[in-house]
Amino acid sequence: MCLAVPMKLIQFEGVNGVVESDGVIMDVNIMLIEEPKIGDYLIIHAGFAIQKLDEKEALETINLFKELRDESE
Amino acid sequence: MKYKDEFRNKHEIRKYVDRIGEKAADRSISLMEVCGTHTMAISHYGIRNMMPEYLRLISGPGCPVCVTPNSYIDHAIALAKLDDVIITTFGDMMRVPGSTSSLEHVRSNGADIKIVYSAMNAVEIAEANPLKTVVFLGVGFETTAPTIAASIKVADECKIKNYYVLSAHKVMPPAMESLVLNKKIGIDGFICPGHVSTVIGSLPYSFLAEKYNKACVISGFEPVDICASILMLVEQVTDGNPRIEIQYKRAVKPEGNPAALKMMYDVFEPCDSEWRGIGLIKESGLKIKNEYKGFDAYDAIEVETEPLKELNGCICGDVLQGLKFPYECGLFKTVCTPENPVGACMVSSEGTCAAYYRYENNWT
Amino acid sequence: MASLDYIRLDHGSGGKLSYRLIKDLFLPHFANEPLKKLDDSAVLSLSHKKVAFTTDSYVVDPLFFPGGDIGKLAVCGTVNDIAMSGAVPVYISAGFIIEEGFPIYELERIIISMEKSAAEAVVDIVTGDTKVVPKGKADKLFINTAGIGIILDNVDISSANAQIGDTVILSGYIGDHGIAVMSKREGLSYKTEIVSDVAPLHAIIEGLMQSGIEIHSLRDPTRGGLASSLNEIAAKSNVGIMIEEEKIPVRKEVTSVCDLLGFDPLYVANEGKFIAVLPACHAPEALEIIKTHEYGKNAEIIGEVTEEHKKKVILNTEIGGKRIIDMLTGEQLPRIC
Repeated sequence: MCLAVPMKLIQFEGVNGVVESDGVIMDVNIMLIEEPKIGDYLIIHAGFAIQKLDEKEALETINLFKELRDESE
Repeated sequence: MKYKDEFRNKHEIRKYVDRIGEKAADRSISLMEVCGTHTMAISHYGIRNMMPEYLRLISGPGCPVCVTPNSYIDHAIALAKLDDVIITTFGDMMRVPGSTSSLEHVRSNGADIKIVYSAMNAVEIAEANPLKTVVFLGVGFETTAPTIAASIKVADECKIKNYYVLSAHKVMPPAMESLVLNKKIGIDGFICPGHVSTVIGSLPYSFLAEKYNKACVISGFEPVDICASILMLVEQVTDGNPRIEIQYKRAVKPEGNPAALKMMYDVFEPCDSEWRGIGLIKESGLKIKNEYKGFDAYDAIEVETEPLKELNGCICGDVLQGLKFPYECGLFKTVCTPENPVGACMVSSEGTCAAYYRYENNWT
Repeated sequence: MASLDYIRLDHGSGGKLSYRLIKDLFLPHFANEPLKKLDDSAVLSLSHKKVAFTTDSYVVDPLFFPGGDIGKLAVCGTVNDIAMSGAVPVYISAGFIIEEGFPIYELERIIISMEKSAAEAVVDIVTGDTKVVPKGKADKLFINTAGIGIILDNVDISSANAQIGDTVILSGYIGDHGIAVMSKREGLSYKTEIVSDVAPLHAIIEGLMQSGIEIHSLRDPTRGGLASSLNEIAAKSNVGIMIEEEKIPVRKEVTSVCDLLGFDPLYVANEGKFIAVLPACHAPEALEIIKTHEYGKNAEIIGEVTEEHKKKVILNTEIGGKRIIDMLTGEQLPRIC
């Protein structure tokens, strides 16, 4: 029920953040994110960042997929 | 790392589909997705017809627009018709039918209704129009509710006195429990909503496994995520080990987002709520707390709504609970179409009927 | 406000101010013999018996958007409609409905833009009309056009002519125009380098016609997007169409914005693209011809016409699934769900 997309935080001041994805830049509110850092990937929903994406977990998930794919080849 | 393309590999998906087929063998399994975005993704990527025959993917009440009752729309329409009221809303609500009309219809008759992408836009509109009463239609689950709560807090801090929220917010876990308790629906497991869970975490679903032995996997939205989650659910069911697992680990932590949860519960508190087609579910809604009553449109603005009228023949309620497929509804595709929706399941782009109408099975 | 800076009701009354507006603003930029006469109608000679005739109205908001404006849109849109019948566009009319108070310098910008587009498309704007309505009765400016093109011998192109086994070619990236225009609308706070693809397609089509290749259908996917145009062809020709999602060119930025707002690029408007449906044996040659042109350099073969699932358009998704592509039912609205 929730259209939300991952975008990279490229700039912020207080609760006003600027995020980017594939050349598209957007102003979003980051007040729901604790300790934001430039370079963080955030999940953007309805003009707000609602969570940070964990790169380590993402890479692990991708590896899991790759393992399955390579397993029976 | 883009967090998108990496999760769309055709070969990985094929492997998951094969594995699901092997693991599920000839066992009949029913899995319910309770997130409209999952319903859409499954239809959009054609995943439903890649699954083995005996694996049923049922669409549940995952679309907040679809479960918003007629009475809410009627109330919003009545407010829209008042002088000096600006209704601000997400685009999703514009075409939802109420008892006799819709927001789109009253807008074409002159009502001031503005589509916004964020609740903060609505606050800006209120600030820019101090002589108007600006009402924001607060619809959405736990993904959206914290953002609406934030808008109320900001309006409060900035002393904006003409901003109000008409809350139709709902929360998922009580609805999931009511689905499990409905003996007519046979569910072995849930594909749990990914983005709701980024806020609430995994703990609120625990009772589904512990008390009701249902398999639960919190899933991402990319096709590989969904296929991986389906395999995890099938494994939980066939191994007889139902529990809460997170597939969407890159976005969901077991504790969720504490800042977002705090924001939500600073402003809202649980209340009983009416789900279209299902009825009243206890503690499944969110209403504005007393400290913020000044922003509650229900409380602050007096208005008369038209008498409630339910539609004959519309079985959205049964469809929403997965009791019936859209094509089992007499109105589906004949009277009820996306151009002329009778029920909310057809209007919302994530509604089950809309997804089935557009994507499923009609080419044979 | 200075009397000569803004359009007044008198500018549309047919009197001196009207005449001055036409003489000082329109004539210098739309200079051609039939128009100069300023008769009630333009008297024209046509070299061929079969003509393509089209009409359109342009109400785009905002009037100026990345990559173009309402004037360029009006000329190119009309030229392209003519070209989609396989015809060579020759003459255009332009009727203006202007809201009282509209800045004259903006009107001049739009007229100059039309002059440029008409020159590129090698068409003359030979007749026109100007009306002014009171403030609030029109949204700044509306333009209505009609266009005439000549159809060469042995050319018979129609949405109803697609045949089983035909190849479907798309001339380039979809979604640019709709996303570019929307980025300038209020309330959607995204910035992007995407510009409208608005462009005249007459030269590419003429290149195809002159090659002698048999083309069955041509369609420009404007409002309603690629999906709606494909559905129109499938319905009118009573055939099925199968499209490969991987082959459809979409810019990353367009996909990104669509993801954010919940839009589907298949339904977003284009103003400088076309679909060609033609016998499979000629498709590689046709593709080469299209790609030699600036506005066709990203063309791709995206699918084929089938006997199965008549009147329906099926998409083979990038992950190996299948789904139906229906026509657009109503304007796509930004959604959160």
